[in-house]
Amino acid sequence: MTVTVRLFASLRERAGLATITRTLDEGATAAELLDALHVDFPGLSGVGRIAVAVNSEYTDLAHRLRDGDEVALIPPVSGGCG
Amino acid sequence: MLLLTDRPIVLDELLAAVADPAAGAVVVFIGMTRNHNEGRQVEGLEYEAYPAMAVSELEKITTEARARWPIARVAVAHRTGRVPIGMASVVIAVSSAHRAEAFTAARFVIDRLKETVPIWKKEYFSGGAVWIGDQSCQSGTWQEPGAERASDPGTGAALERDGAAAPAGTAAGLARS
Repeated sequence: MTVTVRLFASLRERAGLATITRTLDEGATAAELLDALHVDFPGLSGVGRIAVAVNSEYTDLAHRLRDGDEVALIPPVSGGCG
Repeated sequence: MLLLTDRPIVLDELLAAVADPAAGAVVVFIGMTRNHNEGRQVEGLEYEAYPAMAVSELEKITTEARARWPIARVAVAHRTGRVPIGMASVVIAVSSAHRAEAFTAARFVIDRLKETVPIWKKEYFSGGAVWIGDQSCQSGTWQEPGAERASDPGTGAALERDGAAAPAGTAAGLARS
């Protein structure tokens, strides 16, 4: 299956790309996608914790991806948590 | 009214959007671009959004605000792109029958916006630029391989955020690049 990955802000600059098309095994999880991207783009490291959204909804890493999904990697947003 | 715009925010448009004959109060919060941060002289800011999701997250926030407080209307506008110092980068306007609810809801909307809405800020200063961001508050965040992880091995759950020590500060990490 193939998913479209969207990168923003620091992640976009580190990868040098705003959009990546990635082929994965059927049933791959968001975590597996992220691990694969880290191998493809070592420059993605160092940003800190990355949240994931699938088709514009935040989700968790155990989420199983489907063919055609749009997966956004969300680096820390501009405000604080506390 | 939920607006992402690369043009200056027009306050009157937000005031018109929250106008309501039943409202006796309008509270407006304006986030301004500031010329200093963490001891640095800031020369300008840039905002990048994931537009579709930014709007859908804003819809969730304003829907929750309406559910929690008896407010009349709420409007949000956020800049994207380069914004000079001293300009409005975000404006929240809330109207309600009485002022207390409008103050409370406006505070809620800006606080939640900064936690969940996918808009990022880049700070330009003399000699460089950094993307600003504290650690994300979302569940299911991912840490790069090799970073400290939760103890549960070999499952997706092991990658999820927990009480483990946070990785090094984002701004510092970016500054090294």
